[in-house]
Amino acid sequence: MTARIEVQHEVRRGDPIEVRIVIQHPMETGFRYDSLGRQTPRNVIHRFECRYGGVEVFRASMGAGIAANPYLKFFVRAERSGDIECRWVDQENASGYASARVTVNG
Amino acid sequence: MNARRRLLAALLALLALPRRVLAQPSVNPAPGIDARTLSTPQGTLQAILKGTEMRRGRVRLELPAIGENGHSVPMTVRVDSPMSEADYVRRIDLVSEKNPVALMATFFLGPHMSRAEVESRVRLNGTQRVTALAQLSDGSFWFDAAEIVVNESACLDGG
Repeated sequence: MTARIEVQHEVRRGDPIEVRIVIQHPMETGFRYDSLGRQTPRNVIHRFECRYGGVEVFRASMGAGIAANPYLKFFVRAERSGDIECRWVDQENASGYASARVTVNG
Repeated sequence: MNARRRLLAALLALLALPRRVLAQPSVNPAPGIDARTLSTPQGTLQAILKGTEMRRGRVRLELPAIGENGHSVPMTVRVDSPMSEADYVRRIDLVSEKNPVALMATFFLGPHMSRAEVESRVRLNGTQRVTALAQLSDGSFWFDAAEIVVNESACLDGG
């Protein structure tokens, strides 16, 4: 699974770090039929988590109500230099990972 | 002898238990799996509230007034919170009135986040009211609801 993560690379201590991520995934609802009338089984990224410096800071539990190619934006407080690491898994157990380095000044 | 035999029988019985029963996940692996409680918006809200009252305020749910395409509607939810160790937002649930699965997503926040704000894109099955329910660290629940007109529904051929 490919993903694109965008994070401010340099930030002052205490300021918000804006994290934006888009993951390529169909987020199959389970309500779609193919041309032969067969139902496409539901398969969504149901669990997403973000760690900053090894500590979990944000987690999402998602269903078919989240659009295909899920996009998330959230704000983490800059405390120290470290990695922002995102991990996710879909219902067929396919998982993905994306990370970005943040340098905290001051 | 008898006690040992009983212990052995108990151990064997434990092995015979399906693995699923032993390894219950700590969080709901996918919202909507337990369709009996989560299929209606009211049931979804009740399952989260567990008898606690919810009050309107502190939460702001932003959706466009008109969604041209229900497959992808921009959504921002914000909660008025200092996000400190003592006072932060624990979770935000997004509940749809008309989607086949009412619970669209749950966001788990914490004091490491500088703002109680999450942006995403949602799927909406028709014109409806969407509710954002936030639980704060003191256990209280606050909500906001937004009405949206959806011109082209998501999940047209199924639900």
